[in-house]
Amino acid sequence: MDITTQSPAPPPPVEKAAGGTVTRPGDKIFSGLSRGSGILLLVIMAAIALFLTVRAVNAISKDHGNFLTTFEWNASATPPVFGIAVLAYGTVVSSIIALILAVPVSVGIALFISHYAPRRLATPISFVIDLLAAVPSIIYGLWGALFLVPHLVGLNKWLDEYLGWTVVFKSSNPEAARSLFTVGILLAIMILPIITNVSREVFNQVPRMHEEAALALGATRWETIRLSVLPFARSGIISATMLGLGRALGETMAVATVLSASPILSIHILDPVGGTFSQNIVAKFGEADEFGRDALIASGLVLFVITLLVNGAARAIIARRKEYSGANA
Amino acid sequence: MDKAPAASVPQRPLAQARLPRWAPAGIAAASIAVGVGIGLGAGLDSKVQWGLIALIVFIVGTYGLAARVEGTRQAKDRIATSLVWSCFVLAALPLYSLLVTTIAKGLTVLDGNFLSHSMNGVLTLYPGGGVYHAIIGTLEQVLIATIIAAPIGLLTAVYLVEYGKGRLAKVVTFFVDVMTGIPSIVAGLFILTLWILMLGFGYSGFAGSLALAILMMPVVVRSTEEMLKLVPNELREASLALGVPKWRTIMKVVLPTAIGGITTGVMLAVARIAGESAPIALLVFGSAQINSNPFDGPQASLPFYIFQQYQNGNQPSYDRAWAAALVLIAFVMILNMAARGIARWKAPKTGR
Repeated sequence: MDITTQSPAPPPPVEKAAGGTVTRPGDKIFSGLSRGSGILLLVIMAAIALFLTVRAVNAISKDHGNFLTTFEWNASATPPVFGIAVLAYGTVVSSIIALILAVPVSVGIALFISHYAPRRLATPISFVIDLLAAVPSIIYGLWGALFLVPHLVGLNKWLDEYLGWTVVFKSSNPEAARSLFTVGILLAIMILPIITNVSREVFNQVPRMHEEAALALGATRWETIRLSVLPFARSGIISATMLGLGRALGETMAVATVLSASPILSIHILDPVGGTFSQNIVAKFGEADEFGRDALIASGLVLFVITLLVNGAARAIIARRKEYSGANA
Repeated sequence: MDKAPAASVPQRPLAQARLPRWAPAGIAAASIAVGVGIGLGAGLDSKVQWGLIALIVFIVGTYGLAARVEGTRQAKDRIATSLVWSCFVLAALPLYSLLVTTIAKGLTVLDGNFLSHSMNGVLTLYPGGGVYHAIIGTLEQVLIATIIAAPIGLLTAVYLVEYGKGRLAKVVTFFVDVMTGIPSIVAGLFILTLWILMLGFGYSGFAGSLALAILMMPVVVRSTEEMLKLVPNELREASLALGVPKWRTIMKVVLPTAIGGITTGVMLAVARIAGESAPIALLVFGSAQINSNPFDGPQASLPFYIFQQYQNGNQPSYDRAWAAALVLIAFVMILNMAARGIARWKAPKTGR
């Protein structure tokens, strides 16, 4: 490749270069390789959807219950009866609890880092948040099951006693805290870092002039945030929330260790019953035969589609405002 | 503020009355005292309740005092400040508790013997055994996953930054983003379908590595892409102007400039997949024996080991689970620290 830089006979290469583009084999190979890798990623995504669908269709066609509305999961029974009603309910409810708890706190932390904390504190705090993100989910699960669950019994009793009239917080057994509510709390802790990081990025993008204008009009710091920062950052916060939701929906091990699963769909979120997609897959996989695995794959496909939609929507919102570099979280 | 007629309040000062600077600290001290007092008096055994009472007293006290002295707008501002601070404390609490619990409980059985022995022949009801087999499994699976995912991720990022124009690049970008959000269990199910159910291979560490690679690729792409974008265009132009072919420009100029950031990104991705246990549960199956061949037979892995020990449901197993959790956390944290160290040491030279 050094030929082009040798200079004894300058005119011919110059004319050649001026005449058009020079194609070198090295360039072709390299650009081909890199484009190929990009395409490979797309192929993998397509393959995931395709393969899961094939197995899922096989399983659902032999299901003797209604796949969408059946409560129990007996894929190995004859005839096989299984459905995702409890799983879908549990997944959605625990994720929503997680969002309700995590979003305000995350936005608060993001505001703290971007607007409140002294500069010397801001860096170590973001570091702490990153550490929170780096802890493996199984360790959250272990901590949740052996530390958090016993410590939440008091809260459970309290909620049952004073908020039991709302029906939602009515508990048949407040001593047992292995409920969807506890799972929600644990998931909230786990999705806190991603929501915080994306919101913080967005808060840092707020034009300085907006804030200074508000301050110049005599607004207090909180009014500045309410009038100039939050409106600007709203779509960013929404997409951060959805990214967090996507993570909460797919979380496996933390749910599998904490939740005491059973095929009961209960409006009482403190009751230790229910299940989620991924928890069910891990719990039932060991004893599943070939057909049972197909059935589990079918439930995995549902989870895949849901997370795909949620994440796609979040990314689309971010992409509409291209300047948010928070997209890389 | 409302427009009070000037005549009725003629002596109104220009500067508003403010609470003294030590007021928040004073109110905090007072409310902690009240919290402890009520806690002791009512015999509440949970320290968390004491803290909650103190917090509520603090917020109400701040609001009341500030509203009296400074007006409601300032009071609201103070409330917002204290809420934002308490958000931060709320986030730090679980991390603190998690680290303290893991370290305290993990150290009870963690010793040289634990690190150098497997669970082969150890009855789970009794103490003993170790994580040696799991460490080997995790290291091998993560290494293979990195060997698969890092080049593909890197090349994809190069494509997106250096070559990518038009539709394909947009589609790839979008799906890389979406791929970051794939639940790990779904990646596991996909490899299960492809590798074990359709191609008929057995459980092995390699199958787990494939799933981990799928989880790792998008992370590598995103971080590498960000780093490549930081490389100043002047460097590329200078190289191209000297007649260097584009691919050599990328290999010799662009990638070396960004190598620090790229390494950081890859290491952070490694730290992330090292803690994944869901795909391992489906594909590697776990084992109590040392199996150093990732291509044949079930293997153990640290995160899955923790899960199995937890499921045994007795105290010696819990102890082992905590100790293994400590090993895993140490591994992940060291990777994180090292990655950040490299990022600082070899920060991309963006010009000034």
